[in-house]
Amino acid sequence: MTQTIGSATPSSGRNSGTLLARIVPLPGTSARRAGLMVERNVLVYRRAWVLIVSGFFEPLFYLLSIGIGIGALVGTVTVDGMVLDYTVFVAPGLLASSAMNGAVYDSTFNIFFKLKYAKTYDAILSTPMSPGDVAAGEICWALIRGLIYSTTFLGVMLALGLVASPWAILVLPAAVLIGFAFGAVGMAATTYMRGWQDFEFVQLIVLPMFLFATTFFPLSTYPSALQAVVVCTPLYHGVELIRALTTGLVDGSLVVHIGYLVVMGLIGLRIAAGRLEKLLLT
Amino acid sequence: MPVPVANVETVPAASSGPPLVHARRLTKRFGDFTAVDGIDVDVARGEAFGFLGPNGAGKSSTMRMIGCVSPPTEGTLRILGLDPRTDGPAIRARLGVVPQQDTLDTELSVRENLLIYGRYFGMSRAAVRAKAEELLDFVQLSDRAKDKVEPLSGGMKRRLTIARSLVNDPEMLLLDEPTTGLDPQARHSLWDRLFRLKQRGVTLVLTTHYMDEAEQLCDRLVVMDKGRFAAEGSPRELIATYSTREVLELRFGPDADNNVYADKVHGLVNRVEVLPDRLLLYTDDGDGTAAAVYDRGLRPASTLVRRSTLEDVFLRLTGRTLVD
Repeated sequence: MTQTIGSATPSSGRNSGTLLARIVPLPGTSARRAGLMVERNVLVYRRAWVLIVSGFFEPLFYLLSIGIGIGALVGTVTVDGMVLDYTVFVAPGLLASSAMNGAVYDSTFNIFFKLKYAKTYDAILSTPMSPGDVAAGEICWALIRGLIYSTTFLGVMLALGLVASPWAILVLPAAVLIGFAFGAVGMAATTYMRGWQDFEFVQLIVLPMFLFATTFFPLSTYPSALQAVVVCTPLYHGVELIRALTTGLVDGSLVVHIGYLVVMGLIGLRIAAGRLEKLLLT
Repeated sequence: MPVPVANVETVPAASSGPPLVHARRLTKRFGDFTAVDGIDVDVARGEAFGFLGPNGAGKSSTMRMIGCVSPPTEGTLRILGLDPRTDGPAIRARLGVVPQQDTLDTELSVRENLLIYGRYFGMSRAAVRAKAEELLDFVQLSDRAKDKVEPLSGGMKRRLTIARSLVNDPEMLLLDEPTTGLDPQARHSLWDRLFRLKQRGVTLVLTTHYMDEAEQLCDRLVVMDKGRFAAEGSPRELIATYSTREVLELRFGPDADNNVYADKVHGLVNRVEVLPDRLLLYTDDGDGTAAAVYDRGLRPASTLVRRSTLEDVFLRLTGRTLVD
């Protein structure tokens, strides 16, 4: 019942089945085989769908508590000379943050468990699957999960009248891009982790970003020196991207946000695949 | 089928075509540590080939290189006629692997483990469903198909791992210490499955430090020590070359000085081994030697004549103080 893997080119060990693979050459990666990694996760979560549903509530609770509760105290925020209801301002920030949190959680804890304890990947790499297939497939799965959350959250925003622009239709691909950037870098970081203690560092990076990367207040709140720091963080670009789309305050900076996240994700993916190979195929 | 001793390249009668494993000066180093030190080996189609050795002898490193999940540091390696460096996925598509440590997917059920594993090999869902039922039956796990993996016993997990390794109908099965840590029933059950696979023509390559396992399963084996081959041949040849037909074990009681008794039996046989609790006399006629011991007026507390085993070979080759 063996089938030759049609898309693999044995001589070079490389294959460019997807646009992604052409941009960042991942040795021996095919979209079809990466899809099998997703299939595996669908099998796992078919029974544990409650775990997936639960992930939706965190940003929703934030929206109700901070957006509507604190929003009632704050009133409005002025961004680029435009006056916004605080809820309208903060909702896209929460959506971007939850895209980041979901991707980071999936690509760190879940991957670490499979990598170090369950030895799931050792078994998979004994088949024609390559480290690139595993890395791309796992990140892809994190994106699918993230997409489910973003879609429902966007639905809530629509229902509460928090979407002010038809650009919002692009929120979903934008949220997937955020997930890709953080998922890939998270997975790359996970391959360097020695034990569960190291995950404290993840919190140390993710939590301040969540609190300070313009999720809850605009960049103009900071003195200019601090603004320069905030602008360097990846979540800032994620939040600003989503916020531009839901408020309709779209300008050329969108290209910078997208470019930042794309490059970050591609570098992360490349490192993750390379590290998996180094760790598992020694 | 006579196989010359110490010529591991010779292809036994069961074979046809080029070797499935072909290694020359195969070397694996991790930093300064040399795990595999320039071994030459060929495994023919249909053969059951064993790597026997103590822990740390380089067996697993060799197996990982053969399984194309570990690149050789030096030397030539061809698996199924292909080069692992460039054709890894194509080779792995035709291998079955039973790793030393269970690597079952604990987040999936017994049946799902087989289903998804077949999918990794590019099999269609329909094909893999049929295959999974057949394999569950083969390893007697059909009634546990819906269970999670974790509550299974060690033997069941091993059987499931073997079933998983067969999902792609491999031409060659790589088994790294397949029965380590199992109880006797589970071991025999596994041996039975492996023997049936061998009869179907599946090439088996296995590592073990159990002599009985090697004698049961292997047509040909190498004894590995410190990354090299200490001896090569069939179990019977190895016993003939490195041991004798029988071994006479003499016990002279707890307080006896066995070195003294070793002198007293001197000359009866070519090789005597002194152990803390007994003497081992390597002989072709155990009863005759025992009679000769009595003729010298010695009265051991107990005598035992047994067939020589691979264990005797193994211990001789990989270390235990000997008096020749």
